[in-house]
Amino acid sequence: MSLTRTDVDKIAFLARIQLSDAENDRYVHDLNGILALAEQMNAVDTADISPMAHPLHMTQRLRPDQVTEPDQRELFQGIAPAVEAGLYLVPKVIE
Amino acid sequence: MHKKTIAELDRGLRQGDYSSVELTQHYLERIERHNPRLNAYITIDADRTLAAAERADSLRRLGQAGPLTGIPIAHKDIFCTKGLKTSCGSRMLDAFIAPYNATVVERLDAAGVVMLGKTNMDEFAMGSSNETSWYGPVRNPWDETRVPGGSSGGSAAAVAARLCAAATGTDTGGSIRQPAALCGLTGLKPTYGRVSRWGMIAFASSLDQAGPMTHTAEDAALLLQAMAGFDPKDSTSAQEPVPDYLTGIGQDLKGLRIGLPQEYFGAGLDAGVAASIEAALAEYRRLGAEFRDISLPNSPLSVPTYYVVAPAECSSNLARFDGVRYGHRCHEPRDLTDLYTRSRAEGFGAEVKRRIMIGTYVLSAGYYDAYYLKAQKLRHLISDDFRRAFAEVDLILGPTSPTTAFPLGAKADDPVAMYLNDIYTIATNLAGLPGLSLPAAPAAGLPVGLQLIGDYFQEARLLNVAHKLQEATDWHLASPPHFD
Repeated sequence: MSLTRTDVDKIAFLARIQLSDAENDRYVHDLNGILALAEQMNAVDTADISPMAHPLHMTQRLRPDQVTEPDQRELFQGIAPAVEAGLYLVPKVIE
Repeated sequence: MHKKTIAELDRGLRQGDYSSVELTQHYLERIERHNPRLNAYITIDADRTLAAAERADSLRRLGQAGPLTGIPIAHKDIFCTKGLKTSCGSRMLDAFIAPYNATVVERLDAAGVVMLGKTNMDEFAMGSSNETSWYGPVRNPWDETRVPGGSSGGSAAAVAARLCAAATGTDTGGSIRQPAALCGLTGLKPTYGRVSRWGMIAFASSLDQAGPMTHTAEDAALLLQAMAGFDPKDSTSAQEPVPDYLTGIGQDLKGLRIGLPQEYFGAGLDAGVAASIEAALAEYRRLGAEFRDISLPNSPLSVPTYYVVAPAECSSNLARFDGVRYGHRCHEPRDLTDLYTRSRAEGFGAEVKRRIMIGTYVLSAGYYDAYYLKAQKLRHLISDDFRRAFAEVDLILGPTSPTTAFPLGAKADDPVAMYLNDIYTIATNLAGLPGLSLPAAPAAGLPVGLQLIGDYFQEARLLNVAHKLQEATDWHLASPPHFD
């Protein structure tokens, strides 16, 4: 199965990336090429194999539920594109 | 001074032949002279650098200097550096001033290194040629019409042209080892979890690992010593003790069992590269090592597996770049969706978009099992191949890259051709194993990388085996002719 222009538009929207028509054409070609590479995986039967998520099969470490980080809001908001009164600004969401 | 290794520079500093300020000035002058041609650095802050060198000199006067105190190095621009631009090679972070230091930066600062600047890289570490950088391609000091490899291409070119004594890199699918190979360096990707990922901008979190890029294995041991170790801030940091990497570096190789995977010596391997690897094998035979033919039968599937797993993780990691909290924001967004989609369209380059979209697709409803789950299962098989091999051998040896450095632009428009370049390096990342590339004999005047792969946490052995070859040969001492 290969991706169409409509599929690529849908994927781009899921990824929240705006594409021009020319870019869409290019990505139809590129993504289909990469998926054809990925389909080489089907050469091996993996019915009885368990998936591997972590290279060393480690489990997540737990730590005591204690505050370790100081408040650095001003520092972190200093690099934000738009802030006001300690809040991040975005275009109006609710009319 | 710039022809010396870290170990030699440390001796000079200790003997008072030069101060760290003098050494740093010397490198800053070299950067000013040569960097415009190579484009290896994105950011230089001479005042900050010289202040660090002065601090190093005063520590030395107080008798508090260690083996890295006052040594000028460069950081790949993927490591957050407090108060200094950290771009990750992307327009998205062109104006990003990191509010904190990566653990790697903190640890090396604590060891007294002097940071010369931040090096160029493929955008978000996605690439094998350093051509995807928003700041333009890096040129290979051995031949400026060729790529330095990627994604740590700026670090590799800077070390090779001796615009720093050593550099840090990161390796998700070969991004330390392949540029080290193409630029004639020693580059080590440690075991997954050996070096903290905190403050290292994430690409694929189950694969990413930081390591040193140097002229010698001894220098790599010195840097790794400072970089490695448990970090509570990284949830996947390994709690294994860190050995002394310099002790045992000169250990005899008599009886060492080296495995040669048949899959790494087949079709697709350039004849010149193969001949250089053969010459290295002959040296190891003289040093007393024994060879066994082994097989890693699932390794041909590592490229397709990687190009599902890595994009999936990247699409999730890069979701944070939304134009709200930091990074690029588009001009006058109409609404929230427009803010997200246009900021990301403008902030990311073509290769990053490709990988985010592939990752989004393979994780989406209806395709998850066919792609992502399938890849995770294959990852298990690829990892099991190594487990079986290490029951028979102490170390695996092969080429790092199928060819020497290729011309700029040769593969830039064909993502799949570019991906196949990683054929010998990515299985190591999928399995989480340590891998090291060191220079073999050059082929037609260009560097060739020899790859050593070890079992989990066997970095000391890799450094030992690399060091013995560097004692016996002078391949690692070759320097690009125009950067004397």
